[in-house]
Amino acid sequence: MLEKVVIANRGEIALRILRACRELGIKTVAVHSTADYSLKHVLLADESVCIGPPPSSGSYLNMPAIISAAEVTDSVAIHPGYGFLSENADFAEAGGKERLRIHWPEGRNHPHHGRQGFRNPCHEVARRTLCARLRRAARRGSGREPAGRARYRLPPIIIKASGGGGGRGMRVVHSEASLLNAIGITKAEARAAFGNDQVYMEKFLERPRHIEFQVLADGHGNVIHLGERDCSMQRRHQKVIEEAPAPGITARQRRIMGDRCVEACKAVGYRSAGTLEFLFEDGEFYFIEMNTRIQVEHPVTELITPASTS
Amino acid sequence: MVGTFYGAPSPGAKPFIEIGDEIKVGQVLCIIEAMKMMNQIESDKAGRVTSIMARNGDPVEFGQPLFVVE
Repeated sequence: MLEKVVIANRGEIALRILRACRELGIKTVAVHSTADYSLKHVLLADESVCIGPPPSSGSYLNMPAIISAAEVTDSVAIHPGYGFLSENADFAEAGGKERLRIHWPEGRNHPHHGRQGFRNPCHEVARRTLCARLRRAARRGSGREPAGRARYRLPPIIIKASGGGGGRGMRVVHSEASLLNAIGITKAEARAAFGNDQVYMEKFLERPRHIEFQVLADGHGNVIHLGERDCSMQRRHQKVIEEAPAPGITARQRRIMGDRCVEACKAVGYRSAGTLEFLFEDGEFYFIEMNTRIQVEHPVTELITPASTS
Repeated sequence: MVGTFYGAPSPGAKPFIEIGDEIKVGQVLCIIEAMKMMNQIESDKAGRVTSIMARNGDPVEFGQPLFVVE
């Protein structure tokens, strides 16, 4: 059992982590910027440490300050919540060096095992969920091979930049003739916009829904899923409404997909809360990505299950 | 800066400054250890030290006053 945990975040998730710690009898240390000294989680925590000025680059993103705060308070772990340092491998690595347990997804491909060999668990998950064939990266360099492969696919397809997001770096292709050209343009755009010209292609879905499965893995081989959330209601690729359970998903579909997600997480030795995101169209699920952390929308699942995701 | 306060360059050594000392801008006042890095903290004011507010080995945090200088 952990004795004392640093909460390296603020707002809702800081309070949520604090509550989870209270319920488990774990002491909490709030870290905060000079502007946030009177936030609720700072006042409620057992201890608090001011880590920097109001801009988050000097405080909530300031790794040495947060790790030092853990050291001076004799904390044994850090929970980064979501946002800020929650997906920062350097932070997990720095904490590991100081023998701190960072609340960080752990699997066989943990970044502590060397940056070179680090593969996101989602690659394994994709393979296991059997939807991976739609998300193979187009090879760099010679454009001939992707065209050859794409012949086996039905157009339309979409070319996406690996480094992209938020609706940028995407191009829909409707015919094989325009494929090579589209890959070239997308690569050039991606290099300019994200400094990474790797692209991949997937089947373009005309009217997909966005369905995601919540999983919890304790790191001892026990993995459960808590069903799915529907977050299709988006504006400018930002989620507006989350609904659980998702309307129109049958109990059988939920069981099959939930089991696949659980199997995939077991296969990589995953540890942490996680979310596997899928597009859903015409009864088929297409894997998008895995969020290897607690998500903003965790309360939606907590409201319909007895589980705590923090 | 967040870390552990040390008033002397090494254990048992003479402290960097003592109460009553006249200090200059840029003079080292203490060390703050963060992640095993020893950070020498220099004065940005000149004057006479009237109070040292942290003791050797104390955890200190961002924005915490350490010295009073007249």
